[in-house]
Amino acid sequence: MPALQRLDLTVAPGEQVAVIGPSGAGKTSLLQVLACALPPESGRLMLDGAAPWALPRRALQRLRGRLFLAPQVPPLPPRQRVVTAVLAGALPAMGLWASLRSLVYPTDLAGAFAALQRFDLGDKLFDRVDRLSGGERQRVGLARALLAPATLWLIDEPLSALDPARARQAINTLVGAAAERGVTLVATLHQVDAALANFSRIVGMRDGALVFDLPAAQVTPDMLARLYAQHEHELHSAAPVPANGAELAAVLPGPRVAMQCR
Amino acid sequence: MPLSLRAGPSAGTTTGQPPSHDPAWLGRLFWTTAALVLLWPLMVATEFRPWILLAPDSLRSGGSFLASFFPPALGAEFLAMVARETWRTVAMATAGITLALVLALPLTLLTTRALSVSALSGRMARGPFWLRQALKWLLIVLRSIPELVWALVFVRVVGLGPTAGVLAIALTYGGMLGKVYGEILESGETAPTEALLRNGSSRLQAFGYALLPQNAAELASYTVYRWECAIRSSVVLGFVGAGGLGQQLDSAMKMFNGGEVVTMLAVFVALVALADRCSAGLRRALG
Repeated sequence: MPALQRLDLTVAPGEQVAVIGPSGAGKTSLLQVLACALPPESGRLMLDGAAPWALPRRALQRLRGRLFLAPQVPPLPPRQRVVTAVLAGALPAMGLWASLRSLVYPTDLAGAFAALQRFDLGDKLFDRVDRLSGGERQRVGLARALLAPATLWLIDEPLSALDPARARQAINTLVGAAAERGVTLVATLHQVDAALANFSRIVGMRDGALVFDLPAAQVTPDMLARLYAQHEHELHSAAPVPANGAELAAVLPGPRVAMQCR
Repeated sequence: MPLSLRAGPSAGTTTGQPPSHDPAWLGRLFWTTAALVLLWPLMVATEFRPWILLAPDSLRSGGSFLASFFPPALGAEFLAMVARETWRTVAMATAGITLALVLALPLTLLTTRALSVSALSGRMARGPFWLRQALKWLLIVLRSIPELVWALVFVRVVGLGPTAGVLAIALTYGGMLGKVYGEILESGETAPTEALLRNGSSRLQAFGYALLPQNAAELASYTVYRWECAIRSSVVLGFVGAGGLGQQLDSAMKMFNGGEVVTMLAVFVALVALADRCSAGLRRALG
């Protein structure tokens, strides 16, 4: 069965979209297709009015330079220093010579520091990645986006390793930075309350299909309960799934219960 | 994709009965027996008869050869010559490895699958695939010709001396380094490299910012190990006139001068130990 089906989505420039849905709904696959990481088996993908997979490889690679995909597990080499890992976000905008020189002496120290500072990580600038905690690594991965020359950010589960306070700060920073730059933001989230609180548009997915695509204000607890109603087998899987739909609906109005899924 | 878990028939725990035997046992028994059976004709073909070692004749001639090793030659003039030739041997190995690196690095970058942009989204495109195959064949040719043969060729071209040894080491070791570097790069974690390529970085940028930091310690320690091998190689190359300690060792052997032989062997032991320390230090610094 394909990971995505019956899905029709148009995102305007500068829009901020949260994609929610139970595990295995196809959220990550959707991001990978949008990031031109994987070609859709069928159907059509258009970015800025062009079909990326019809482009020659070189042009496709240039187009990828204007997209930024942040995977859920931050892809940082463990022995690298944080400053280098963050500056790697700017690579598509740098020439080969400039990027090699930056390996010898970081060219944009101020930029890297400012990006980290927004995630409260300025003091980790010269630490090695493998000395960071899981949450710090995830925020370093997000800080990369701030240096990327991208106009579309595709962020997969940005809060999965963060505690509630850090999660709030991280999502505020992401949404705020995207708005400042006029960058289009598509993020998948397990934390439904964070999605509703920070994003104007919510896309609900289940079993690879689009269930609803609405302004946040029009998403009702009832719709969420239906979206997260569980398949039997998911209860036994090790995948990060909410306990069940009813419980989810119950916790929604209460205080911040971020659904921490790892 | 919904995740479904289905227990196959081999998952014995689902029935509640303790498994009566290890299902892997018969396979292991079979392959071990098969390996031994296949080994037998190889032993016959190589006339492998270790008991000859213990025959009185062999023991006597071997013993007298070993006895001639003592005492080691320690004359001042001889030691000065050994120091000079050791320096030449180290220089030959180092220059050879450096040239091999110059050869291997671009070939590695071109052949490793980890830096393929087209393989990011499914299968590698046909053009890059065949280019990689062709260069892999070049690496095979380079390393399948023994450095001894390369040395004999170069001795004819550039004359007797270390230059022939350097060139021979460069070609053979270039092939080896290129192959193993490629395998090291492909066997490590490639997610950081893929992420950079997917975000529009060029291959060389992805190499410098993800693939190299990911694998630096392994690459360095393998390079130092190859340097150690190059020092041993230079002995053999010395036998065909490429100079260095090997040539002196050759003439000492021919003159049945066991004392000089054992002194030079001791120098080799010291060099290999030195390489070992270097490698450990590099791994600590990079790992």
